[in-house]
Amino acid sequence: MNALVRIEKVGQTFDTKSGRFTALRDIDLEIRKGEVVSLIGHSGCGKSTLLNLIAGLTLPSTGVLLCEEREIPGPGPERAVVFQNHSLLPWMTCFENVMLGVEQVFGHKEGKTKLKLRVEEALAMVHMEHAMHKYPHEISGGMKQRIGIARAFAMEPKILLMDEPFGALDALTRAALQDELNGVMAKTGATVVMVTHDVDEAVLLSDRIVMMTNGPAATIGEILHVELPRPRDRLVLAHDPAFAEYRAAVFEFLYRKQLKKAA
Amino acid sequence: MSTVVALKPVVAAAAAPPRLAPTTAAAEPPPPQPVSHHEAAGRLRDVLRNVIPPIFGFGLLLGIWALVAMKAGAIPGPGQTWVAAVKLFADPFYRNGPNDQGIGWNVLASLQRVGIGFGVAAAIGIPMGFLLGRFNFMNRMLDPIISLLRPVSPLAWLPIGLLVFKKADPAATWTIFICSIWPMILNTAEGVRRVPQDYLNVARVLGLPETKVITRILFPAVLPYMLTGIRLSIGTAWLVIVAAEMLTGGVGIGFWVWDEWNNLKVEHIVIAIFVIGIVGLILEQMLLLLARRFSYETR
Repeated sequence: MNALVRIEKVGQTFDTKSGRFTALRDIDLEIRKGEVVSLIGHSGCGKSTLLNLIAGLTLPSTGVLLCEEREIPGPGPERAVVFQNHSLLPWMTCFENVMLGVEQVFGHKEGKTKLKLRVEEALAMVHMEHAMHKYPHEISGGMKQRIGIARAFAMEPKILLMDEPFGALDALTRAALQDELNGVMAKTGATVVMVTHDVDEAVLLSDRIVMMTNGPAATIGEILHVELPRPRDRLVLAHDPAFAEYRAAVFEFLYRKQLKKAA
Repeated sequence: MSTVVALKPVVAAAAAPPRLAPTTAAAEPPPPQPVSHHEAAGRLRDVLRNVIPPIFGFGLLLGIWALVAMKAGAIPGPGQTWVAAVKLFADPFYRNGPNDQGIGWNVLASLQRVGIGFGVAAAIGIPMGFLLGRFNFMNRMLDPIISLLRPVSPLAWLPIGLLVFKKADPAATWTIFICSIWPMILNTAEGVRRVPQDYLNVARVLGLPETKVITRILFPAVLPYMLTGIRLSIGTAWLVIVAAEMLTGGVGIGFWVWDEWNNLKVEHIVIAIFVIGIVGLILEQMLLLLARRFSYETR
């Protein structure tokens, strides 16, 4: 009964020029409060489609998505999204970008100073207080993504949805941000659903890894419970046989059971 | 010395920034970063590189002009024009009745017409551009009409203006309105269409109300395109006003050109050509400056 998001018999079809295209079918998933869930699969398997459905950016063709037992009617700040390409508004400073969301969620009940404090706290959490008054084009890709994460966290969402949040970053920056995200998630106890391509990232960050079959008409293939103790340290885990086993299990699924032909 | 030489700094400065094609304005690269002091010599070289060629260009123009004036007796040479210009600009704001006023008054009268016609066009064209960009139905409905009317020479609309307004002055303004509205509608609509879906998704996720979507997201995103449209409009309006005034008469730089032709003061016509060019250049530079100030890409 403690499911925050409940996905029941969800399918998604799109009408394209060459007829009806079934992206997702028969998706059943429950996401509990405080849980970190990764969606992993080959490209085109509908992971982002599923994330957009939870966000409410698109509505399902069949089935139903519930958040706290109420149907998801559309997008809203209680289900904050961190977009793959950060999507910061280039005409606003980092501070203003975060403030835009904070104002929307807390503006009607809190004073200016309190709102400002919230923004500053969110930026401090991702260690970006120094770039508060810079414009997005003045900071690096990794920094932009940090601001994107701060914007989402600052709204205190019930669930945080991340669409390949570190996909566009280089490996070192990605590792740094993964560690940071792990820290932030531990501190806030946030519920997170994350789309990823990266097996290590999925194992390192998740409580459960939802592995999806290949599209079209993709669905959930297997779900892997990752029972590594937290906090997780990537250097320690690198030598941990359990970590290697989880990794192997995901690879097994992706490259043996769901090998994509002519990728 | 001649009129052209005196005006050189304005023209040279204007030649430095790259000319923008209508739709590439938003993609213009940011201005170069300031250089450190030990590169000062290099900067001086850059300045010279930017200044020397225009000087040669104007030298060539003056030379050809002087040559043509020498061969064809009717056209005044640079020296003769300079003398006439000195006399003319000594008192640009005199009034001897409605048909004999200083060149300053004529330029101001033309600018006023352009201002009014353009202002009304902006007030109607920009919101219309937003509608066309935002609603596909509106776009499909109005696009054929715009495609049909846009290539029509604005002067063809002048008789309609005369018929409706019964007076020359509003008819000229009407012509300006018609020619400046199209670039603003089309560029604004294009800007709205090109607002990245991601930004709109952000707005939806944050739950921004429609008013905030317009003021905080659509408007800033479209502004560079809008300013391109405005710049094109002003350019066309300034082109058209001269022709329109030749036909309608009254006070204005176009009428003044025609009047001086009738008086056979050819050197004044040459002066008018320079004045029209310079005013057009100043208008464009002012709008470029405005565009730089307000577009987020170059900030």
